[in-house]
Amino acid sequence: MKISLGKAASSWHQDNASTVTAEAHRLLLKRIPAISRRQFLSRGLTLGSLGLLSGCSIDDNATAEAALARISRFNDRVQGWLFDSSRLAPTYPDSMITRPFPFNAFYSEDKAPRINGETFLLEVSGLVADKHRWPLHRLRSLPQYTQVTRHICVEGWSAIGKWGGPRFGDFLRAVGADLSARYVGFQCADDYYTSIDMATALHPQTLLALDWDGQPLPAKYGFPMKLRMPTKLGYKNPKHIQAIFVSNTFNRGYWEDQGYNWFGGS
Amino acid sequence: MSRTAPSPAYGKTLQPWWLRITHWLNAVAVLVMVTSGWRIYNASPIFDFTFPPGITLGGWLGGALQWHFAGMWLFVLNGLAYLLLNLATGRLVRKMFPVTARGVLRDTWLALTARLSHADLRHYNQVQRLAYLLVIADLVLLVLSGLVVWKSVQFPLLRELLGGYDMARRIHFYGMAAMVAFVIVHLIMVMLVPRSLLTMLSGRSTLRHAGQETAP
Repeated sequence: MKISLGKAASSWHQDNASTVTAEAHRLLLKRIPAISRRQFLSRGLTLGSLGLLSGCSIDDNATAEAALARISRFNDRVQGWLFDSSRLAPTYPDSMITRPFPFNAFYSEDKAPRINGETFLLEVSGLVADKHRWPLHRLRSLPQYTQVTRHICVEGWSAIGKWGGPRFGDFLRAVGADLSARYVGFQCADDYYTSIDMATALHPQTLLALDWDGQPLPAKYGFPMKLRMPTKLGYKNPKHIQAIFVSNTFNRGYWEDQGYNWFGGS
Repeated sequence: MSRTAPSPAYGKTLQPWWLRITHWLNAVAVLVMVTSGWRIYNASPIFDFTFPPGITLGGWLGGALQWHFAGMWLFVLNGLAYLLLNLATGRLVRKMFPVTARGVLRDTWLALTARLSHADLRHYNQVQRLAYLLVIADLVLLVLSGLVVWKSVQFPLLRELLGGYDMARRIHFYGMAAMVAFVIVHLIMVMLVPRSLLTMLSGRSTLRHAGQETAP
């Protein structure tokens, strides 16, 4: 992924009525890199072959890009409808684990954030009953699960890895999250951010992964924790999570704001 | 149609309106799907080559994905309309069958020796029938393999039938290659028999048919 980001701040609709969401926003806006949707979209509408073959080009980029964005939102709804939380992603034997497992981010491996696990505290906010911060050992006191699943990148490649940690659904219940809320958002130490639908958050294979291959997650794979969802594409699986918030309005993401489909699930 | 034709053949509808509409919508859908698909392929090539960015659609991976997942609706809905109308009107059976190995071989030989008649465009020769049936099957395979690549968890049966996610991805690529090959041959044939383009545009051939005509 070699997309550079623009400078202009994006505008998006927010519902200020809810103080809960405002809190989530405050938390996020501290760190969200300003992104230019316009730059992506002007780049996104290069009509290569279509222009060549038809002898014309679509001049009205804004109209076409708005239509494509609207269809992508429609596809989010279709995918939410199609998502069956009882369907499990295939699991594999340890012998099929991809070694070395590929590093993939919007920065190079040496730029992966280094976080002190001893002092780390996970923030929890939004529509939750208990907003106490979580040290890592408390997350390890929840029931732990291990699974070997296929990580599928939006680019098309895939790799099999082994992740371990508590079920994210158990964590959400432990903090008294409103499980009827629509979204769960994530803010990460590498300035990444994303959000997922509640149905996927509660999927039995969705882990708040603390381990990779039986060891604590190395920095390159997202220490101190990564949300591992075998039912979502790679870019929906945030690493280096610092804050988790439950909301009904926040459905953005680092790549999603640039045009990747928000649902991004398989 | 109340227009008086100079002969029973002249001005007669050779391709019904719904067939022409679904044909051209499919052409647009296939163009969008193939060119955006090439861009998506380039993000992580399966083979040792990439497609020249200039002939791809979308500008970058995210844009190509938006086109691909918008184009799929046109491709699938229009394809379903085509298939259902073809079956409901009996056109599929009437025009595409019978197809026999003997007939295909005979018409291939006639084509290679430049003796295959294209005088009556209502009649598909057996090579043509086989090619159309195969490309329809190929389009169905593209949809099915695309569903597995898109939703490998939600379609477990289909995923296992196609040999898993990675195999489905390859099948999706080969299906594309087969369809592009069809389109190339199809376009060459249109250039060799330009009247066929008129029938697909207006539904009629402007030339008088050499062959015998029967009432509809």
